[in-house]
Order: sequence, then structure tokens, then C-alpha cells
Amino acid sequence: MATKKTSLRGLGAKFLDGAEPLIRALIYASGWSSIVFVAAIFFFIFREAWPILPRVNWGEFFFTNDWVPVPAEGNKASYGAMSMMYGTISVTIVSMVIAVPLGLGAAVYISEFATGKVKESFKVLIELLAAIPSIVWGFIGLVVLNPIIQDVFGVAVGVNLLNGSIVVAFMAVPMIVSISEDALRAVPDTYREAALALGASKWQIVYKVLFPAAKNGLLAACMLGVGRAVGETMAVLMATGNGMVIPENFANPAILLDKVRTLTATIVSELPDSVHGGDHYRMLFVIGIVLLVFSVVINVTSDIIVKGVKGDQKNA
Amino acid sequence: MPEVANTTQLAQSRFAAGPIEQRKVLVEGIAKKLMLVAALCLIVPVLSIITYIFFKAAPVLGLDFLWGVPEGGGTGGGIWPPLIGTFFLVLVSLCICAPIGIMSGIYLNEYAPDNWFTRVINMAVTSLAGVPSIVHALFGVGAFVLTFGMGESLLAASCTIAVMTIPVLITSTREALSAVPMAFRQACWNMGATKWQTIRTIVLPNSISGILTGVILEVSRAAGETAPILFTGAAASIPFMADSLGDKLMPYYLGDKFMALSYHLKVVADKLNDVPEAMKYGTAAVLIGLIFILNSFSIVLRMYLRSRKKW
Repeated sequence: MATKKTSLRGLGAKFLDGAEPLIRALIYASGWSSIVFVAAIFFFIFREAWPILPRVNWGEFFFTNDWVPVPAEGNKASYGAMSMMYGTISVTIVSMVIAVPLGLGAAVYISEFATGKVKESFKVLIELLAAIPSIVWGFIGLVVLNPIIQDVFGVAVGVNLLNGSIVVAFMAVPMIVSISEDALRAVPDTYREAALALGASKWQIVYKVLFPAAKNGLLAACMLGVGRAVGETMAVLMATGNGMVIPENFANPAILLDKVRTLTATIVSELPDSVHGGDHYRMLFVIGIVLLVFSVVINVTSDIIVKGVKGDQKNA
Repeated sequence: MPEVANTTQLAQSRFAAGPIEQRKVLVEGIAKKLMLVAALCLIVPVLSIITYIFFKAAPVLGLDFLWGVPEGGGTGGGIWPPLIGTFFLVLVSLCICAPIGIMSGIYLNEYAPDNWFTRVINMAVTSLAGVPSIVHALFGVGAFVLTFGMGESLLAASCTIAVMTIPVLITSTREALSAVPMAFRQACWNMGATKWQTIRTIVLPNSISGILTGVILEVSRAAGETAPILFTGAAASIPFMADSLGDKLMPYYLGDKFMALSYHLKVVADKLNDVPEAMKYGTAAVLIGLIFILNSFSIVLRMYLRSRKKW
């Protein structure tokens, strides 16, 4: 009995096979789309900022302190972004001081010391930690940590550099942990076995063998943490107090309890009030360019560092 | 028996831990405890804060809160409009980025040759993943809201979110595909199948759960983002017909501004004194709950997948 293939499934398969050239074209187009998106991001942000770019006084932008986008009648607007850069840099440094030791410690514990169920649960918990959205961290800073900091340090307002840095540290840590853990796992087991055979303890293996062998990956993890801290928006907006001040004495630890304002927070809080197409509006896009260029440089560099690690192991 | 005692003594003196050995063991113990403390420092405070949020939110959490409409600018009532807004935002952005992200993952794992151009694509993917969310917001304003004439709307916000979350999908699709052994593909090619036939009948069926995990992660990411939707279509409050079921289920069209859970949380959190505490904590708890359910689902799916792997 000769049966012809006329089932729906057969027809579907025939159609899908016939469409192969079309589908291949679609797949190629999608594959290249990431380049298009990155180019489009650059294009549109530069396009909005374009008219003001030749007129930007870069010296003023990077090294002065007066951000007066809407000046009083008769005065000239000035765009000195140094206080925001101070905000971004200070939040990044303080948060990394908290996040890097915690992140590396946790990564070493999870990858080298923990076993079985403990290891699995830590990994799952860190993954859930990474999933908490930025706005929830902002909420935690503003509503939960704020009164705690007020009580502990006896200050009137608890949203400040310290609060923002704690929040950003916790946001950056899951990424630091997972990338460092990958880097540690990528070290071949033969290294560990060789050190073990020489009588090294686990801790000696970690800091004499694994740290040097995985140093590029660990460095990349910290760099990506920095990138995350610089680009973080909603959480720092809500948790840092949003005030443009540069402290006079950097040695004084009390600056931790001052308000700061980051580059990202400035864009969020001023874009709705700026006149579309005006200088102020375009200057906010200039800040966007600074952030964009910085993030791309950080990501591409750390990518190259990690790929370097992989190349090394192929040779080893 | 002096001789035996002598041997034991000898053994003790020769094999007992010397000072260096003792120090090694001590340092190892301390280091291990420090590492454990670091790991616990990450987990314990966050878990306790989240428990605290749920505890504070307990009085309002209930169907009335989820199904209700905000009253008095978020000071009372429920959170249905932002909840359904987030649902639509996620749905539309998923429709845009799922096909592109998955096909892009297929391209990078199955088609891309090993050359400089592919390396440029890979760098573009990592860069795209690292661009700060506020820069995505500026891009959304410049591109979708102004240039493409979408205005501040659900569609513009969804497009912005889609561009932002595409790297999540690309990376997880690629991981899922690369877990399928090469031998499967070779066997299929030997039967005379074309590349696309192989992908369709062998590679995709064997990696569909992994791709699904990526889709869930994308959904969870899209549901939590705030900065990119701030200027591209999210609204603090929208007049809402509380009683009409049709309005409740289909409140926003693609061209409308919309409410979203993440932005609603910012709005109520910023009003320090006007909003009752339970309302704020309630909104936060619903958002955290939503994200955790989505992520747990993806984790469970991955574990199930690993347990029944056939190769």
C-alpha cells in the first residue's frame, strides 16, 4: 500500500525545509544584530548630544564644580561635572572595598572548601541575590537601611555615601562571585594535585597556586564589578541622598555620611525637567556618552583579559 | 617493655606535627572560617532584610491588594494596574527580543565561523550586556520615542527593554546549544540532512529547556528594570476604571503610557510620609516575590534538565 506523506507534520517539515534559505538569512541577520544595536546606541546618543559637542568646555566639564544648568536671569549656564564624578568615584571605591573581599572570599569558599549540598545551596542563593532588581535595592537603602544608619551613627539623614555603597556592593557581589568562581574552576585540577602532593594545605593551595593561576579572571571579575557600580542608577539615586557636595578633607571618615550624587543619578533626576533640545538636555546626553564609553572600555578590556586566561590554559 | 615505649616515642617525635605543620593547620582553619564568614555575610543580611520586608507587608498581602486599584495616589487600594502593566511590558518585549535573541544564539553557536568578525560580534554582545541601564534609557528616548515617533508609550518602553535584555537570551541560548554533543550533529549530517534540518530536528529539541531557562531569566530581568522605562513610557498614575473587567484586563494599548510595578515601587517609596508603610512594603514584597518565583522556576528547570541528561 503506497501511502503518500500528506500528514500535517510532513507538510510542516516540507515547508520548513523549503524555507531554509529564508531562515538562514534571518539567523544571519539576528546574529549580526548585536553589532547593529551597539552601533545604534552610539549613534542615537551622539545624535542627541551632537549640536553641543563642539561647544562643550571639557576643562570646565571635568575639573570644575559648578553645575548650574538653569542659571538666574542674565547669568551664563555652567556645566562642571566634577562633583558628580566625585560621587560616582567615591561610591565605586567604597562599594568595591566592601564587595571585593566579600566576593573573593565567598568565591573561594564555594569553589574550594564547600562540598555537596552546601555548595549547591550557596550557588542558588547567590543566583537569587543577583536577580534582585535595582529598584528593590533602592527601596532597601531608602526604607530599611536609612533608619538603621540614622540610629547607629546618630545622623539626621541616613541616605548617604555609606548607604549607597553598601547597596551597590551587594548588587555587584554576585557577579564578582560567579566570575571569580569560573576563573578558579578553570585552573586545571593537576595544579591542585601537584600542590597537595607536596604537602600544601588547602589554604596554601588557594593563595600560592590558585590566585596566581587565576589572577586574570579574578581581575576581570573586579573590573566588571567596577563597571556595574559606575553604571548603577536607580539604587544609587534612592540611597545616596542625591546632593552635590565635594568634601574639603578626604582624610575625614565622616565624608562617608555625606550626601553624594552620581553621574547616573543626575541624568535620571534632571532629564524630566530639562527642555527638550536645549543645552541642559544635550549636556545630560554628554554625561551619557561618558558612561557609555567607560562601560564599553571596561567590558571589552575584561573580555580580553579573560580570553587571555583561556589562551594560557590551552598552552599549559 | 622499655623498647616498645622507645619506638612509640620515636614515632611520636618523628611523625607528630612539628611547629610548621601545626601553624599550617591553624592558618587553614582560620582561613576557612573567614571564607565561610564572607559567604554568609552576603547571604544572611539579605535574607533577613527580605524576610523583614515580607513580614512588614503581611497585613496588606492578599487578593484585594493584588486585584485592587490604587487610591489617593498610591496611599491606599491595590496594585493591579502596575502589575498588569509589567505583564504587558514583559510580554511585548519578549515578543521582540525572543526571536532575535534565540536566532542570534543559534548563529553564534552553529553558523558563525571562527574569525575576527565573530569576535567583534562577541564583543558587541558583552558590551551590550554591560551598558548601564540609564544609557539604555537615553538610547530609548533618542531612538524609539523621538526618531521612530513612538512617543512615550508601551511599545517604546518594550523596545528599550528588549534591546537591553537581548544579551541574556543570546548567552543562555548559546550555552544550551553548545551542551548538545557534536556527535549528534555529525550523525545527522551523515544521514544527508542540511544544517537547518539538523538544527530543527536534533539540536533545538535537545536544548529547548536550556533556551527556556534563558527566556525565564529575560522575563525576570525585564520585570525588574526601572531606569529604561522612566522616560520611555512609564507613568506614575493613570486614571483607571475600577469596576470594568475589560478595562482591568486590557488597560493599555501599544501607544499608551502605562504603569509598571517597578516604577510604582519608586513612586510610593519616594513619598516618605504620605504612604502607609504596609503599602510600600507590600509593593516591594510583590515585586521580590515575582522575581524569586521566576528565578526559582528557572533554577528548578535547570536542575531537572541536568538530572535527566541523556549523554
